[in-house]
Formats: sequence, C-alpha cells, structure tokens
Amino acid sequence: MDFSRVFSEAMPLLLDGLKMTVIASLVSILIGMVIGLLVCLMKMSKNVVLRAIAGVYIWIIRGTPMIVQALIVFFGIPQLIQLAAPDFRSNAITAGIITLSINAGAYLAEIYRGGIMAVPKGQTEAARSLGLSKSKTMIKVVLPQALKFSVPSLVNQFIITIKDTSILTVIGMAEVVNVAQQYVGSTFVYFETYSVVALMYLAIISILMIISNYIEKKLKYEEKKSGK
Amino acid sequence: MASDSRKEKIIVKNLHKYFDKNEVLKGVDAVITEGEVVCVIGPSGSGKSTFLRCLNKLEELTSGTIIIDDYDISDKKVNINKVRENIGMVFQQFNLFPNMTVLKNIMMAPVELKKMTKEEAEKKAKELLERVGLSEKAAAYPGELSGGQQQRVAIARALAMNPDIMLFDEPTSALDPEMVGEVLDVMKELAAEGMTMVVVTHEMGFAREVADRVLFMADGGIVEEGTPKEIFDNPQNERTQDFLKKVL
Repeated sequence: MDFSRVFSEAMPLLLDGLKMTVIASLVSILIGMVIGLLVCLMKMSKNVVLRAIAGVYIWIIRGTPMIVQALIVFFGIPQLIQLAAPDFRSNAITAGIITLSINAGAYLAEIYRGGIMAVPKGQTEAARSLGLSKSKTMIKVVLPQALKFSVPSLVNQFIITIKDTSILTVIGMAEVVNVAQQYVGSTFVYFETYSVVALMYLAIISILMIISNYIEKKLKYEEKKSGK
Repeated sequence: MASDSRKEKIIVKNLHKYFDKNEVLKGVDAVITEGEVVCVIGPSGSGKSTFLRCLNKLEELTSGTIIIDDYDISDKKVNINKVRENIGMVFQQFNLFPNMTVLKNIMMAPVELKKMTKEEAEKKAKELLERVGLSEKAAAYPGELSGGQQQRVAIARALAMNPDIMLFDEPTSALDPEMVGEVLDVMKELAAEGMTMVVVTHEMGFAREVADRVLFMADGGIVEEGTPKEIFDNPQNERTQDFLKKVL
C-alpha cells in the first residue's frame, strides 16, 4: 500500500479535480433546476405545442445514456457548428456542464411535476377563490408545498448529478476521475488513488445529505391533523 | 326576507353544467338579493355543490349566464379574479394553507392582491381572529387546530378580502358533531350582520333558523323554493316531501 505516495504526489492534482467536480455539479444543478421548472410548467400547460416540446425533451434525455449525450454535445454538435464557423472549438467544461444541466433538467422536471400533483386540489381552489391568479396561486401556494414534497427526490437527483460528473471524463473534462486516470496512467497506483477518489465522492455526498436533512427538518410544519 | 328594493347580487339564468357527457345542472335559474341568506338543500348528487361552485367559476359553466354584481362571469372577457375578490368561499375540507401560520393564512390574499399593506392586513387578520374567537391561535399552524377551529380560520380568511358575498360549501360536513355548533355560530353572526350568503348544507336546523329562503335541489335543478317555513312545514313537491321525511 502506498497511500503516503498518493497523498504527497497526487493530492494537489486530485483536489483540483475535485474542485472541478464540485463546481460543475453545482452549476449544472442550478441550471438544471431552472430548466426543470420551465419544462415542468410546459408539460403541465394547456398549450399542446408546449406540452409536446416538453414531452419530447424528457423522452430523448431519459431514453439515451448520458455518456452518448456528452459525446454528441462535445464532438457531434461542434462538427455541425464548424460547417458554418470553421474556427469553432468545443470546450470540455462547457460541454460537460451543458450535458449535465439538460440531463438533470429532464429528471427534475418530472420530480417537480410529481410534487405539484401531490398538492391537494383544494389548495388551488382556496387560493383561486380568494382572487389569486393562476400564476400567483402557483408561486405562492402550490410550489412551496410541492417543493417540500419533492425534497427527498430532489436530493436523490443532486447526488446522481454529482456522481454523473465522472462520466464526463470521456470528453476529457478535468474532473476528479479524469485527473486520477491520468495519474495512475504513469504511476500504476490504482487501488490507493481510486480509493481516495471514492472517499472524496463519499465526503461531498455526505455533506449534501447533512444539508438536506437540515432543510427537510426546517420545512416540516405541523401537519398531524392538517386540512386535507 | 329581503325587500324588493334591494339590489340583485346574483342572477343565474338557465345554467347548464356537464361533466363529460353527464349533465349535472339542467337549467338552473335563481336570483339572490343583497343581504339575503339562501340555504341550498337536497340529496347528494343533486348538483347543489356544483351550482355553488359555478357562482365563483371554480367550475366552468357549460352554458347559461351568471351575473354577480353586474359582472357577467360567463363572459370570458370579465376578469374572474377581480370578481372573486368580492366573493368569499368556505370549503367542506377547510383547505387552509398548511405551510402558513393562521395569521399568514388570513393575511396572504389581501397582501398579495395589494388590497392592504402588511400592517393593515395584520390588523385586519387579528380583528377577524378575535371575531371567530381564535385570537390565541394566530401563530399556530393549521395542523395544530381542531376541525372546528380550522373552519373558523377559513371563514376569517375568506372575510379578510372584505367580500360582500360568502359561499359555503357544506362547511360543517367534515366536522365532528361537537364542533358543528361553533362554526354555525360564526355563520349566524355573519348573517345577522347582513352578509349575502349562499350556503349548501345538510344542517336543516341552521337552514330553518337562519335562512331567508331555502332552495331544494334534486336531479340538477331547483325543484322547490320558499321561506324555511314553507319548505320545512308545508313542502309542495313530492321530492321535497320525500327528502325531508328522510333527513328530519
């Protein structure tokens, strides 16, 4: 076992990779949450065209592996763009974040939708009967309650997104797995290096779980006998 | 009874409502004048809740006309949200917002709809809570209250917008028997103050005591209407007689 060598030699590299993993995850989760909300509202709208667009988007993203999506975004689409702009160069970080965001967005849309559907119809009726518009009812009454219902699934999706960053090693994004692969390529200390990488993921996800438990506790209001 | 000089608050003309192919309201006509308390009774499935829910357009009308305070709400160009600000509604299941305190439940609509400042709304909410006898529950969440208390908060919430019409959709049907009285008392007070009220109810005692007029509905139409005395003591229609025999 040569953990001390990994710690002294590889740690600075791995920490750089970890930083990239965390930043890419955070940015993608934030963008994904916005995409997800838009797609969710589109899918629930009365407009057939909007509903169809949202449906096709979710269908394609969920129906194809993320590794293929990443390859298309990084290699495929730039090739098309180069037909018009020959100087265009794709960037692994941008392509990675785009892939993660559109991927998370599709899953988050369905998570939000589930949360919204779990809010009893009476809540909407009460708000509308007071004179609140459809959108105000959504923002003030339905979404806050839907969010609470969605927290466990949201956290689950965040965890998946964090772990999915590792897939982006195939397009050469310098996240922690990619950095580790480069290091072991020349040193062959597989077990130690990859163990350290695994522990790093475990640490980030543990932090996320602690935060989410705290949020869940915060959102818990008295509901023992709550009006149905 | 309301005198003839009073303003007509609600005019319903030939109201039809279908749920898919099922005709739930088969041409309902009704006029409700200012300050009148109208109780709607009838067997379940008679369309009385649907009728009530059409009055603030929680149900889309299939055809017919409903005029509220000179606004034709069957006209798509009329801003239904504005009309609803003047129509309070109380539901069978209370439908309080479980994530807001009692005070916030009551303040939310007036503040969001810019009818009052936060301070004004809070003052109003506290007054209303006192009126329904729940001042000490301002900071509680709906889940911490009994059904009767929740329904009283729901009435206060509807009153916060200063409506001049109140709709009640079986407000005591989900309550334990010992809590029915406290809710009916609040409604009686409201009726005494001159609020225009339409109440769908199974509480025949309340209808008899408080209503100016009783509508008996069956099979999607108003079969008989009259003063409580007329309806309860001397019903003319066979359906009414039959129904009252079962419930009284």
